[in-house]
Amino acid sequence: MSKLKIEALTLIFGKEKEEALSLLKQGKSKAEILKKTGCTVAVKNANFEIEQGEFFVIMGLSGSGKSSLLRCLNRLIEPTSGKVILNQVDITSLQDQQLQQVRRKEMAMVFQKFGLLPHRSVLENVAFGLELQGVAEQERLEKAQSVINLVGLHGYEQQHTASLSGGMQQRVGLARALANDPEILLMDEAFSALDPLIRTQMQDELIDLQQKMHKTIVFITHDLDEAIRLGDRIAIMKDGEVIQIGTPEDILTSPATAYVSSFVEKVDRKSIVTAASLMFEKPTVAIYKKDGVEGSLRKMRSSGLTSLPAVSADKHFLGFVYLKDILELKAQGHKTIEKAILRDLPVAYPESTVEQMLPFIAENGRAVPVVDKDSNKLLGIVAQTSLLIETTGACWQNVNGNMMDNLQKEIV
Amino acid sequence: MRIGYYIEKLINWLSFQGEGFFDAVRVVVEAVVNSVEWLLLLPPFYVLILLIAFLAWKRSGWGLTILTLTGLSLIWGMGYWTQTMATLALILSSAFIALLIGIPLGIWAAKNAFAGKLIRPVLDLMQTLPAFVYLIPAVLFFGLGKVPGAFATVIFSMPPAVRLTTLGLKQVPRDIVEATRSFGATSKQLLFKVELPLALPTILAGVNQTMMMALSMVVISAMIAAGGLGEVVLKGITQLKIGTGFEGGIAVVILAVILDRITQSFGLKKEIKV
Ligand SMILES: Nc1ncnc2c1ncn2[C@@H]1O[C@H](COP(=O)(O)OP(=O)(O)O)[C@@H](O)[C@H]1O
Ligand SMILES: [Mg+2]
Repeated sequence: MSKLKIEALTLIFGKEKEEALSLLKQGKSKAEILKKTGCTVAVKNANFEIEQGEFFVIMGLSGSGKSSLLRCLNRLIEPTSGKVILNQVDITSLQDQQLQQVRRKEMAMVFQKFGLLPHRSVLENVAFGLELQGVAEQERLEKAQSVINLVGLHGYEQQHTASLSGGMQQRVGLARALANDPEILLMDEAFSALDPLIRTQMQDELIDLQQKMHKTIVFITHDLDEAIRLGDRIAIMKDGEVIQIGTPEDILTSPATAYVSSFVEKVDRKSIVTAASLMFEKPTVAIYKKDGVEGSLRKMRSSGLTSLPAVSADKHFLGFVYLKDILELKAQGHKTIEKAILRDLPVAYPESTVEQMLPFIAENGRAVPVVDKDSNKLLGIVAQTSLLIETTGACWQNVNGNMMDNLQKEIV
Repeated sequence: MRIGYYIEKLINWLSFQGEGFFDAVRVVVEAVVNSVEWLLLLPPFYVLILLIAFLAWKRSGWGLTILTLTGLSLIWGMGYWTQTMATLALILSSAFIALLIGIPLGIWAAKNAFAGKLIRPVLDLMQTLPAFVYLIPAVLFFGLGKVPGAFATVIFSMPPAVRLTTLGLKQVPRDIVEATRSFGATSKQLLFKVELPLALPTILAGVNQTMMMALSMVVISAMIAAGGLGEVVLKGITQLKIGTGFEGGIAVVILAVILDRITQSFGLKKEIKV
C-alpha cells in the first residue's frame, strides 16, 4: 500500500483555469495554453505513488513545476484538479481544520530559503511547530532539544537564526520539521542555497538520519547528482510534466527521452552505474569438462575471441582460458583444458559500481567476470571498452545494442 | 450651487441621528483625557520630570536625559506645567485612540484586498485635507472643548498608524509566511506569532509618526477650546503677545523632541535585534 498517491494532479495558475483545463484535455501544449488563456500550466497530470519509508526525489530545471507540485501535496497551493491521497485519505477534500492537522502531524516542510523566524532563537524556532499544536512549553522545549542534538545544533540553542551560517540555518529548518515527528518530510531544494562542500555534508547527514528514522521523504532538486545520491527513486519533470520515474540507475542507463539523457550526460556516473547494467549477459564460455581443447578452440574461432571465461557445468565461474595456452595444450596432446584455466581471478558482482571495477582495467585487456555473490555463478561479463567509456564519459549509448557484440569481440 | 447648505444638512442630520452615539463617545473620551491628565498632575512636577528623564536614559542615553531634565524644568520655570500636562494628556489619549483604531484597520487593509482598496483613498484624502477641516464636524458633533480637540486629533493622526501597519505586514517575507502556514498555523497564529512581531519595527515607526501628527494639532485644536499649550500659543498670536506666544512655542518644541526621541527609540532598538 503506498504512503502517498498522486492522481491526475494538475495545477494551473491564472484566471481562466476552466478554459485552460479543457484545452489541456484536448492535448494543447503549455505554450499554446499560455498564449490563448494567459494561464500557466505549472503541473500537468502528474501520477505517481510514493512508498512508506521511500526517499523520493523530484528533479527538473528551474520553472519545471517542482515547487508547485510539492506545495500541492500539503495544499500550500490548491491543485486545480486531481487527488493527493495520504494513507488512503484524499487531502484535497479536507476542511481547513483537518488540513491543519495534516500539516501539524503528518507532513512537515523544509524550504530552500529556510523560512526561519528571525525574532526567535534556534530553540524556539525548532519548537515552533509544537507551539502551534499547543504543546506545553516544558514538553516542547525538551522535544526540540532532543532534535537539536540529533541534527548537530547542540550549543546553538540560544542564538538568533540570522547569525548562523547557511548550513546551520538549514539544520534549524530540518530540526523544526523533525520536531513535529511527521510521517512525511517535504524538502524543497533544501540544500540548493548552500556551498558545495556544506551541501555534500548535509546530504550525507540526511542519508544517515534517514537510515535511523525511515521517514517518507519527498525531496526537490534541480541537481541530478544530488538526486542520484539521495533518491531511492527519482521523478524527472519538464514543463510541468513528470517524464520519467525510476531508480537512479534506471534513469542513468535508460533515459526515457533525449531531455533526460541530456541531463544524464553531465552526471558523474562512475559511482552509480553498476556491473549489472553494463554486463553482456550470455557470453560465449568454455564449459569445463564438456568443452575440451578442440571444443574451446572451435568456440574461439567462431566468435573471433582470444580468451573465454571458463565455467563448470552448473555455470560456476572458474577462470579464463587463453587461445595461446590452449594451442600449447593441443600441441602437447592434451584433451582437457584444465591446465589452461587461469584461476583465482578477481570478480565483480552485479551491484559493483564502475568505480569499484576500475582496477580491472589494468588486467591485461581481459573482460570483467560478473558473478553471483552467493553461488559464484557467472552472470555475464563487462567489456573493458564499456569500463573505459564509463570512466571517460564518452558516448555511452553505443555500449548498448548491436555494438555490444562487436565490442566483445574486440576486447575479450 | 448650494453645497454648503447640503453639507450642513447632512452634518445636522448626522449629529441629530447619532446623538446617543456621540454622547457616549464624548463621555468616554472625556473620561480618558481627564484621567490621563489627572494622573500626570498627581505626582509633584519634579517626580514626573525624573521619571521621564529615567525613561529617556533607558531608551536613548545621556543626551536625551539632559535635554529632558533641562527642557522640562524650563517649562516648569516658565510657569506652563499644567498647560503642558493638559497638552500631553490630550496627545497621549488621542494617539492611543488613533492607534487603537488605526492598527486594526491597517491589519484589515493588509489581509483583505477589498478593504485595502477602500481604505487607501480615504487615507489619502485624510492626509491632503488641511487639519482645520476636521474642526468643523468635531465642533458640530461635540461642541467645544477637549473632546472635539481629541476627535480632530485622532482623525488627523490616524493615517500613519494604518499605513505603516499595512506596510509592515506586507513586508513580512513570503517564505516565512509560507513556512508558518506549512506547519499548520491558523490565521490567528500566523498574525500574532509571526506577522505582527516581524512587522513591529514598522508599526512602531507608525506609532512615532502618529504621536508627532497628534502633537502638530496642539495649536489648531486650541482654536476649539481644547486648552493646554495650544491656548498659550494662540493667545500669543491673537493678542500679539509675542513673548507669551514664543514661550508656548518653546514648550511645544521641547515636548515634541522628547516624545519623538523616546517613541523612535522603540522602533530602532527592535530593528537592530531583528
Ligand atoms: N504564484 C504563481 N503564479 C503564477 N505562476 C507561477 C506561480 N508560481 C509559479 N508559477 C509558474 O509555474 C511554473 C512552475 O514554477 P515552480 O513550481 O516554481 O518551478 P520550479 O520549482 O521547478 O522551479 C513556472 O512557469 C512559474 O513561472
Ligand atoms: Mg522551486
